[in-house]
Amino acid sequence: MKQKFDIIESSCVPLPLENVDTDQIIPARFLKATTRDEKYFGENLFRDWRYRPDGSLNKDFVLNDPSYGGCILVAGKNFGSGSSREHAAWAIAGYGFRAVISSAFADIHKNNELNNFVLPVTVSEAFLKELFDSIGADHGERVRIDLPGQKVSNLKTGKSESFEINPYKKYCLMEGLDDIDYLLSHRKDIEDYERAHE
Amino acid sequence: MNTLFDKIWDSHVVSMLDGGTTQLYIDRLYCHEVTTPQAFEGLRRRGIRCLRPEKIFCMPDHNTPTHDQDKPIADPVGRHQVETLEKNAKEFGLSYFGMMDPRNGIIHVVGPEKGLSLPGMTIVCGDSHTSTHGAVGAVAFGIGTSEAEMVMASQCILQQKPKSMRIRVEGRLGKGVTPKDVALYIMKRISTSGATGYFVEYAGSVVRDMSMEGRLTLCNLSIEMGARGGFIAPDEKTFEYLKGRDYAPKDGDWEKAVARWKTLKSGDDAVFDKEISFDASDIEPMITYGTNPGMGIGITGSIPAEAAPKSLDYMGFHAGEKLLGKKVDYVFLGACTNGRIEDFRAFASIAAGRHKAEGLTAWLVPGSWEVLRQIKAEGLDKVLGEAGFEIRQPGCSACLAMNDDKIPAGKYSVSTSNRNFEGRQGPGARTMLASPLTAAAAAVSGCVTDPRTLI
Repeated sequence: MKQKFDIIESSCVPLPLENVDTDQIIPARFLKATTRDEKYFGENLFRDWRYRPDGSLNKDFVLNDPSYGGCILVAGKNFGSGSSREHAAWAIAGYGFRAVISSAFADIHKNNELNNFVLPVTVSEAFLKELFDSIGADHGERVRIDLPGQKVSNLKTGKSESFEINPYKKYCLMEGLDDIDYLLSHRKDIEDYERAHE
Repeated sequence: MNTLFDKIWDSHVVSMLDGGTTQLYIDRLYCHEVTTPQAFEGLRRRGIRCLRPEKIFCMPDHNTPTHDQDKPIADPVGRHQVETLEKNAKEFGLSYFGMMDPRNGIIHVVGPEKGLSLPGMTIVCGDSHTSTHGAVGAVAFGIGTSEAEMVMASQCILQQKPKSMRIRVEGRLGKGVTPKDVALYIMKRISTSGATGYFVEYAGSVVRDMSMEGRLTLCNLSIEMGARGGFIAPDEKTFEYLKGRDYAPKDGDWEKAVARWKTLKSGDDAVFDKEISFDASDIEPMITYGTNPGMGIGITGSIPAEAAPKSLDYMGFHAGEKLLGKKVDYVFLGACTNGRIEDFRAFASIAAGRHKAEGLTAWLVPGSWEVLRQIKAEGLDKVLGEAGFEIRQPGCSACLAMNDDKIPAGKYSVSTSNRNFEGRQGPGARTMLASPLTAAAAAVSGCVTDPRTLI
């Protein structure tokens, strides 16, 4: 969904696991849809962790714990590894997350989040650990993500960190524009390139 | 600087945006049925066509059943997805290799096999294992659906240039050690995020000595190290492999192409952002015990004490124990990782004169109809048939549980595919990744077995 991103302040959902792969974010059996129905993918986000094999709710999984909420997911390092499926980003967006904080993202998934107006925020291991501690101590702990200022703040400890984002993607997120809008406006460059490389 | 990656990437730059984003020209887009319907839908919504339809090739592989492909797919949702790809290819004027078409197979097996993937190209597909095509000396990487739509619309993609890494493997591989083991070993050493942010060039005597099939396996697994992609500089083996293939240049064009391809190598003065080197003599046949491909051990080794408890709980294993002798319920030979002719030859070399273990289910799935044709031409189907193994029809099969080939919950499989994630081969399935030789050793003995004892 094209949604302009500016500054958000929200409580968080913690997922203190490393190497969360996109097969866990959305299992392959949900990839048979031929439409971009974010609601459907959101309902099946972390499906096999959220539900037990008999279909009952897994009360031990964080998304089923009502004391946590908000539009920021906080996850361990190497988030989104494995399959390139963009359905994982659709599921995250469809569930209602607008940003994911981790100490490292897998490359393809990171691009997929950006292309769906979900902001991946890469922080240091130390900041991430302290954030997990803060959320553990107070489930309502709030975090502020300032995209224009490229700053993420743990409002409990008052600590902030700046984060990197490619300037072009930052512009797209803030303006709600996608890459195809850009590329279609540069057709002449493409044709010039093709002529020069025939 | 002056790496082969730089040469290929830089020669495809159409323009640079502020902040280092590259508008990169793409020579080849592959489309399968799972990750493209929403991209075609996007084109329709915008009222645009594919800019260069002749550069785009489509084929179904993920949902394809590995039996009775002449009949409609039984699962109506899977069938609809495959039919949607066919309809989209027709509407947008793209080449389509449908089920039962002798050109069909797993997209990453078919591309190199048909000469559609060539040295020096930029190649993308909405599939992380697009890194496979790097084996011919191309810059190939997986992308998302929005990015596939970008390429359909403009034949370009916007990307930040990754950093470059060279991984050398020097020496000679020991008996029973295959390219799959080399890749699993590298992952064990650098982890599944060890190459995140990098494009990898594989080099060293072990890589030079590898067959094209072996190189395709190694490059296929680049993504499992976190790399954006991985490739190998083209050499005589590459040219020999590509010569005469359907879409490879012909006659005078071939000579010109080879002359150009011979220049595709990193300079002696090339500077990589990172270099790593491994010694072939340290590499044993490998097998995984956990739930990511980096959780591997030498086949005679023990599960490390520090292994993640959540993974061991899922797998039903304990830290400190050996995998040798563990009962195996299923064996899967195939996937874009190990579904090529050489993989079937390797499997057959152990199966010949022996018999499939009682009670074990084995799925032997060629990566394409062309691979199946070669299997039959070499008589491997007879050798395997006498040993109690049946060869199925081509497709992704049990790699990712999107078709009928699923491992039941709680069952153990030794699989030549690329991922052992929780539920990857079916909800609750327990996957151990290994080479075709190790898979064959398990298939004839019914338990995890060191293939070197059977060679």
